Amino acid sequence: MSTPSTDIAVIGWAQTPMVRRTDKSETQLLMDVITDAIEPLGLNRTDIDFTCLGSCDYITGQAFSFVSNLDAIGAWPPKRDSHVEMDGAWALYEAWLRLQEGDIEIAVVTGSGRSSTGDPALIYPMEMDPYFLAPLGADPLTFAALQARAVIASGIADERSMAEVAVRSRGKGTVDSLLAEDFVRQPLRRHDLPPITDGAAAMVLATGDRARQLVERPAYITGFDHRTECHNPSFRALDDSPSTRIAAAAAGLGDAPVEVAELQAAFTHEELLLRNVLGLGDDVSVNPSGGALRDNPIMATGLCRVGFAADHIFGGGGRALAHATSGPCLQQNLVCILEERP
Amino acid sequence: MSTPPVAVVGVGQTHHKSRRLDVSFGGLVREAVFRALDDAHMTLADIDAVVLGKAPDLFEGVMKPELYLSDALGAVGKPMFRVHTAGSVGGTTAIVAASHVQAGKHKTVLAVAFEKQSEGNAQFALGSGKGASLGAGGAFAPFIRAYIQRSGAPEHIGWKVAVKDRLNALKNPYAHLKIEDISIEKVKASPMMWEPTRFLESCPSSDGACAVVITDEAGANAAAADGRPPAWILGASSRSEPPSFPGRDPVRPAAALQCAADVYAAAGITDPRRQIDTAELYVPFSWLEPIWLEAFGLAEVGEGWKMVDDGTTELGGALPVNASGGVLSSNPIGASGLIRFAEAANQVRGAAGEHQVDGAKVAIGMAYGANNQYFSTWAVGSSLHPFD
Repeated sequence: MSTPSTDIAVIGWAQTPMVRRTDKSETQLLMDVITDAIEPLGLNRTDIDFTCLGSCDYITGQAFSFVSNLDAIGAWPPKRDSHVEMDGAWALYEAWLRLQEGDIEIAVVTGSGRSSTGDPALIYPMEMDPYFLAPLGADPLTFAALQARAVIASGIADERSMAEVAVRSRGKGTVDSLLAEDFVRQPLRRHDLPPITDGAAAMVLATGDRARQLVERPAYITGFDHRTECHNPSFRALDDSPSTRIAAAAAGLGDAPVEVAELQAAFTHEELLLRNVLGLGDDVSVNPSGGALRDNPIMATGLCRVGFAADHIFGGGGRALAHATSGPCLQQNLVCILEERP
Repeated sequence: MSTPPVAVVGVGQTHHKSRRLDVSFGGLVREAVFRALDDAHMTLADIDAVVLGKAPDLFEGVMKPELYLSDALGAVGKPMFRVHTAGSVGGTTAIVAASHVQAGKHKTVLAVAFEKQSEGNAQFALGSGKGASLGAGGAFAPFIRAYIQRSGAPEHIGWKVAVKDRLNALKNPYAHLKIEDISIEKVKASPMMWEPTRFLESCPSSDGACAVVITDEAGANAAAADGRPPAWILGASSRSEPPSFPGRDPVRPAAALQCAADVYAAAGITDPRRQIDTAELYVPFSWLEPIWLEAFGLAEVGEGWKMVDDGTTELGGALPVNASGGVLSSNPIGASGLIRFAEAANQVRGAAGEHQVDGAKVAIGMAYGANNQYFSTWAVGSSLHPFD
């Protein structure tokens, strides 16, 4: 682990309305949300030195879908720019690396996706090993249910504690009423599943003095790491998440307690597993935003976690953790630690 | 540069072909990765993080292939990062990998890029399956016609580039197209695809991969001490501009000019034509060579075609361009940019084999994507201060 040579902070972020379906294009969503992120800071698009967008062609249903999103960042004069076929949280990671080179001060990163335009059960099998897993056509629910069974078998969760996560995240229903529903994929019921959400998020980063000039309380990124695992879920211990553990250690989670943890847990059992792996006690407020169970704008869900963790710092908090994930059964995990001072 | 020095110490690529039916996706990338690791005298255990680039996932029908490839790339337990910036992606992959080391986050990072075009239908994917696609050749033809109209270049320039690159490919063991009897007459007689671009002025569709090992100053110095010259990264930049608006000039894109300016400023290059010994430019259609020579300051505006005409860009000329045979000879799309960057590195390492440019000390690798909108470039040198 290394110490960043430059203080880098989240100084603002915005998200679009999170809806089941929008008629706006991804470019329109980004146009709005970038403006919403930069205007309160007194910035305009020409102040942005570097942009990195996170999106996925398969979600959009079009090759090179991110190219038209250049319109939203207003890449004129041409921007130092990049794009990751990953959640915006990884776009944030690239910008964080780039800013450490020290020659630029302000970066904007985004995550965007309109899941409503496709059928998740059709799309997601295509992210599996094309030879042995994709032909099975197993969808995310199936893989999540396999992991939920492993997590329950290990005693980390049970159907009741999973329902409690759902009630707390969405602020509606009662545990008993939810548990009376049928299974979608045993042991998962509808309340254990994420919604389908269209949406986008944009985040503004700044370095050193520039961050302090622009906002009173920058949310400094003091630790940032991500790790991947073996792809095939059947070769993994699904009641564990070693990549999360490594990323958290590398990001310095153990150095001091966090008050808030925003976890990208699209399924209820994932939250319980991640809490366990990260060693988060009852004193840590987990997903006060409602998490991915409330809004799940794929490709922006992870970046939103960082945004809500930053909100905790903006609002007077001291230390927060944000987590993002990609792949079947939490294959790839990212941990970002935000603090009130570097 | 304000950032710590980093360098390329290993390069590997596959034998590029129309169909690599002998290997899976994993097998394809591993072929390049192990050549790069062998070249660097390393194993996967020495790699701290992996950066993967490729063009649209729709080309092969595998979504987010970094997930499936984490095992093949030895990335389990490590950071695995996925870049996608259209055709420039291979170059951006190298730049993002270098950024991992420059930021002090990791010591040694593996950049990998691939395309296995035979698994799908790129032209179908370019149109997203929604209808007829112009294809890349159709998209670029108007830019080429505009260049010809502006510069007054004669029509044989495109043919000459096509012949030059195919002759160079005969010296490159990894090149896809090996057209032994290539000639101006043969190019001229090939079918017209997208006026003025003929079939033999167009890139092939290839399966292939490329890998590059990038390490920190200590690692690069250790390689040098061991008699394995590193390619020092002197400057790198990625710039993008929007698809379409009044004032945009796709023949001389502002993003290309700025990308070049960024790189040259970082590298201390003030006279690119004289200070750069060889260039690997992303030329999927012959006429892009003079277009990029001009946009990247290697020729004056309107003069690029003359460097083609007088043989300056031939292997053995004063500024050889695409000594490897270029994209015109091998085009695994997502990997093509990284191959340019890797070939540039090999030139300054003196490791380019039969297509080595004698005495190359400074080289640039360049890639572009979309409708001349995404540009990634790096300058590499045989030393950190090649102009001292």
